[in-house]
Amino acid sequence: MSDRIAFQLDGREVEALPEESIWDVARRHGVVIPHLCHSAGPDYRPDGNCRVCMVEIEGERVLAASCIRRPSHGMKVHTCSLRAESARAVVMELLLADQPPKATAHDPNSRLWRWAETMGVHSSRFPARKKVPCPDRSHPAMAVHLDACIHCGLCVRACREVQVNEVIGMARRGHHSKIVFDFDDPMGASTCVACGECVQACPTGALMPATVMDDSGLKVLEPDRKVESLCPYCGVGCQLTYELRGDKLLTVQGRDGPANRNRLCVKGRFGFDYVHHPHRLKKPLIRRPDAPKGPDLVVDPHRPWDHFREATWEEALNAAASGLKRIRDQHGPNALAGFGSAKGSNEEAYLFQKLVRCGFGSNNVDHCTRLCHASSVAALLEGIGSGAVTAPFAACAESDVIVVIGANPTVNHPVAATFIKNAVKRGATLIVIDPRGQALSRHARYHLRFRPGTDVPLLNALIHTIIAEDLYDPSYIDSHTEGYEDLRAKVAAFSPEAMAPLCGIEARVLREVARTYALSRASIIFWGMGISQHVHGTDNARCLIALALLTGQVGRPGAGLHPLRGQNNVQGASDAGLIPMVFPDYRPVGDPAARALHERLWGRTLDPTPGLTVVEIMHAALAGRVRGMYVQGENPAMSDPDLHHARAALAKLEHLVVQDLFLTETAFHADVVLPASAFPEKTGTFTNTDRRVQLGRQALEPPGDARQDWWIIQEVARRMGLDWHYQHPRDVFAEMRHSMVSLNGITWERLEREGAVTYPCDGEDQAGHELLFADGFPTRSGRARFVPADVLPPDELPDADYPMVLTTGRLLEHWHTGAMTRRATVLDAIEPGPIAHLHPSDLKRLGIEPGGRLSIETRRGAIQPRARADRDVPPGMVFVPFCFAESAANLLTNPALDPFGKIPEFKFCAARLTPCD
Amino acid sequence: MASATTAEPRMLSETIQEKIRAYFPRYPDKRAVCLPALHIVHEHFRCVPLQAMAEIAELLEIAPADVHDTMSFYGFFPQAPIGDVRVWICRSISCAIRGGDEMVDYACQKMRVAPGGTTIDGKLTVEFAECLGICDHAPAALADDGRIFGPLDKAGVDAMLNELQRGPKPAE
Repeated sequence: MSDRIAFQLDGREVEALPEESIWDVARRHGVVIPHLCHSAGPDYRPDGNCRVCMVEIEGERVLAASCIRRPSHGMKVHTCSLRAESARAVVMELLLADQPPKATAHDPNSRLWRWAETMGVHSSRFPARKKVPCPDRSHPAMAVHLDACIHCGLCVRACREVQVNEVIGMARRGHHSKIVFDFDDPMGASTCVACGECVQACPTGALMPATVMDDSGLKVLEPDRKVESLCPYCGVGCQLTYELRGDKLLTVQGRDGPANRNRLCVKGRFGFDYVHHPHRLKKPLIRRPDAPKGPDLVVDPHRPWDHFREATWEEALNAAASGLKRIRDQHGPNALAGFGSAKGSNEEAYLFQKLVRCGFGSNNVDHCTRLCHASSVAALLEGIGSGAVTAPFAACAESDVIVVIGANPTVNHPVAATFIKNAVKRGATLIVIDPRGQALSRHARYHLRFRPGTDVPLLNALIHTIIAEDLYDPSYIDSHTEGYEDLRAKVAAFSPEAMAPLCGIEARVLREVARTYALSRASIIFWGMGISQHVHGTDNARCLIALALLTGQVGRPGAGLHPLRGQNNVQGASDAGLIPMVFPDYRPVGDPAARALHERLWGRTLDPTPGLTVVEIMHAALAGRVRGMYVQGENPAMSDPDLHHARAALAKLEHLVVQDLFLTETAFHADVVLPASAFPEKTGTFTNTDRRVQLGRQALEPPGDARQDWWIIQEVARRMGLDWHYQHPRDVFAEMRHSMVSLNGITWERLEREGAVTYPCDGEDQAGHELLFADGFPTRSGRARFVPADVLPPDELPDADYPMVLTTGRLLEHWHTGAMTRRATVLDAIEPGPIAHLHPSDLKRLGIEPGGRLSIETRRGAIQPRARADRDVPPGMVFVPFCFAESAANLLTNPALDPFGKIPEFKFCAARLTPCD
Repeated sequence: MASATTAEPRMLSETIQEKIRAYFPRYPDKRAVCLPALHIVHEHFRCVPLQAMAEIAELLEIAPADVHDTMSFYGFFPQAPIGDVRVWICRSISCAIRGGDEMVDYACQKMRVAPGGTTIDGKLTVEFAECLGICDHAPAALADDGRIFGPLDKAGVDAMLNELQRGPKPAE
C-alpha cells in the first residue's frame, strides 16, 4: 500500500496510516508515551504544546513532540532513549514546580499525577511561582482551581473547537497567560453553558465537577464502579458512563457513542441527581376517600398525606386494575384511555400500548409525540412514506448547506448542535430561519427572523424561487416524485416579492437563500417544534419536504430531512405503537393484515377504529366520555395546552392511575399512584432521533419499594385478564421483533455487544442504513409526493386586548415539564424559577425592570413570572418556558389543533402583559 | 445560562460601528476585523472597556472570549482609561545596556507610579516597552502622539516628563 508510511519505532518495523502521528502509531502498537495536552478522544486536534510526549528521531538535532509529528518513510524513532526520557522527566518537573504538592492536590488521581508517578517524578527542583491563582467556586456544577493548570489548552480546544461554545480563552501572553471565561469573568457569571467538556478534558484537576470536591477544593469522592448507559433527556441519544459510589450516582462521563462522540450537555452531565431527590415515590399511594379533587388542586409532593395514604403493591395494583376494569365492563372500552411515555424504554412503550389495545380494548393510547412532532410525522408519512429522519444529524458533517428552521438546537439538542457548529467551522453554510435569535445565529450566513406564524408564505416563496429560477432537479422530480404540477400551480402566486411584506424578509434575501439551498452539492434541513407546533404544522413540514424533493436534496451523503426529536425515546415510543391510529411500525389499525398479525401475536381481537389523541382524550374526559385513565410517565397537567381545561378533565376522571417517579402535577389528581423506576434504574432499549436503537443499562436499584415500569404494566395487565409472563425486558424485545419489521437484524444480544444499531438493518451481521431513500421511497408508487400548502394564519392573532405574541419552549437546563430537571440540584441552581423572555424595548415600554414580575394573560389564564431581557426575542413577542409548575406556561396556550397531526398551537397565541406590584 | 444580551444603551456609536464595518470587505472573514476594531475603539476611548469588547464581538459575530484573547495578548490595549499622554520607555537590549531600566525606574519614581500606572492628575501614563525600534536614540522613549525622546539620561527624563505633562501634541 503506497499511502502507508513504513518507519522504525524502537527498532520495530511499523507502518503508519495517513494522518497518523507517531504517538497514534505507538499507541496502536502498545508503546506507551506520556501525554497531557493531547487527548486520544475523537475530534481533539493535537497541539504539541506540553512536550511530555517528546521522542528522539535519529539524525534530528532536537526531540519531537510525538502527538503532532507525522512519521516519514524510513524514519527511526526512539520513544525510550535516555535522551527522550530525561527530557520528558525535566518537562514533568517543570510542570510540577507550580503544582500544589500531591498530598494536597485537587485531584491526586489526575492524569498529570498518574503520569508523574509512571515517569518516576515526585517533586520538582524548580522554584514555584510567587502568585498563586485563587480558586473559582462560582459555578454550581464545576470547580475551577487554576493553581493546578498547566496551560495545556485542552479545555480551550474542548470549549472552542469540539463543543464550539467559545467561552474559554487563553488570555494574555507568555508567562502571564491564563485560562479565562469570557472577559476573565468568574465561571458562574460567564456565558458558560456547563456542557462540562472542559472538565472531561482537563488532565490536572484544575477543572472538576463541584459535587466530588470538599470546601477546601480537594477531591474527596471517588467512584467504586461504572455502568455504561445512555442519557435520559433529549432525542440525541448520547452514550454515557454512570460513575457510582455505593448506591449513589457520583458523576457522569461522556462515552464515544455514534451520536455524541464523548460529548454531553449540562443536563446529561450534571442533571442526574433527581434520582436521589427526597420527593421520589418509594411506596404505592392510594387516594384518601376524604381527599377532594378539583382542577386547582395542588399537593405538596413532600407531604402528600392529606390526599394520599401508603399502600402495599398488592393493594395498589388491585385498586388500579379493578377501577379500570369496572369502567371497561360498565361503560365499554372507549371509556378508558392511556398515555404512555416517550421517556420510557421501547419495551415499556410496547407493553403499554399492548395493554391498552388488549386489556382496555380500544386504541385510545397516545403520548407526547402528539405535542411535539405529530404534524411532522403526518407530513413525512404522507410525503415520503416514513415518519423518521432520512439521515442522522451527524450527516451535516458532509453538508455544504445546513438549514435550521423552527428549532433551537443549542438549547434543546445541545450535542447535535455541536456537530452543526463543527460543520460550519469546516466551511458549511448555515441558514437559520426562526423569529427568535439563538446561539447558532452567530454562526449563520443568513438568519431569517421572519414574522411568527408566516412559515408557509416564507417557505412557499423559497419553493416559488426554486421553480421560477430553474433551480430544481428535473431528473430527480421525474424519477422519484409525483404531484409536481400541483405544487407548481400552487406556489405560482407566492413570489418572494409578494410574500416579503407578509413574512417580513426582503425578497432579495429569500431569493438568495433559495439559491443557496438548491444549488449546493448537499443540503440538509433540521427542524423542531417551531415548525410542528402550529395549526399549520403539517403544512409547514410539507413545505420542507417539497424543498428537499424539488432539489433532490435527500438520499445523498450530507443531504436530507431531519426533524430533531425532543425526548430520549420519542422515536422508539412512536415506532412501538404508542399512537392511536397505528400498531407498532406505523401500521394502520384499520389495515386488516396488520390487525390479523397482531391478533395472532397477542391472542386478542383488536379494535379497527383509530383511538383518540392526547388533546381529544382530555376533551372526552371533560365531557364524561372517557372515565378512567392510566398515565405512565407523562405529565399532561403540565404539558397539555390550556391547562385549566386539562386539569379539570383529569380531576373529573372517575379513576386515574399514575405511574411516575414523583408526585407530578398529573398525580395530584390520581386515585392510585405507582412508584416507578428512573432511567439509571432500568435496562431497556431506546431509539434516538437518528433511528438508532441503543441499550440503556441499569446502574442503580429503584429506591424503597419503587418497581420496574415493565413489571408494573405487566401486573396491571394481569389483573385486567391478560396472561403475561415476561421475565425481563429482553423477552419483551424478542416479542417486538415479531411485530416490527424495523427491528430486523437487531437482537438484544447484538445490542448488548454493540450498544447501538440503526434501523433499517438488513441482517444481524450488517450495519444499519443511516441514509435512506437514495433510490425511491416506501410509498405504494415508490415515489415521494409533493403536497402543496396554503396560507393559514395562526388560530389566535394579536388584537387590541391581547396585543403580544406568546410563544413557548424549553430552556437548556430544564427538560419538558421539569419533573426531573427541577429536582436536579445543579440544573435547578442555574435556572431556579419562572421567567419570561422579552426584548429590552418591550420591557422599557411596559415599565418592567429585568428581574421584575410581570403578569402574562391570555384568554385562558394568567401567570406571573419574572422578566428577563433577551434581544433574541423580537419586539412584540414574549417567550415563556413551560417547565415551571408555579407559573405554568401552558395555562396560557391555545389548544387549537392542526387538522392533520392533531398537534396544538403551542408556538403562537395572543397575550397581554402588565407589570406586577 | 447567563444571557449573552449586551446592555443598553450601546457604547459604540453608530459612527464607530460604521468605521468598523467599513473594514469588512477587506477580509474574507469578519473575524479578521478584530484588531482594526480594537484600534478604532482604543483611539476613541483611549482604552477598550468590557462593554466595547462585547459589542465588537456582536458586530463581528464572534465569541466575546475571542475578542478578549486578542485584546489581552497585546499590551497596547488597556482595559481602563489611561492618562492624556502615554509614554513608553524602552528597556530592550540596546536601550538596556545604556540604562533603559534605570530610566524606567527613575521616571516611575518621579511620577509616583508603578510601571503601567497613571498619575493622580490623569495627565500621564508611564510604561516600559520591549522594543520601540528607535535604537539610534537608546535609551529611548516614545509618546503615543508620536514624539520621540532620547538618548535619555536623568535630566533628559526630567525634561521629557515636563513636556509631556503639558498635554498631547496639538494636532497639525
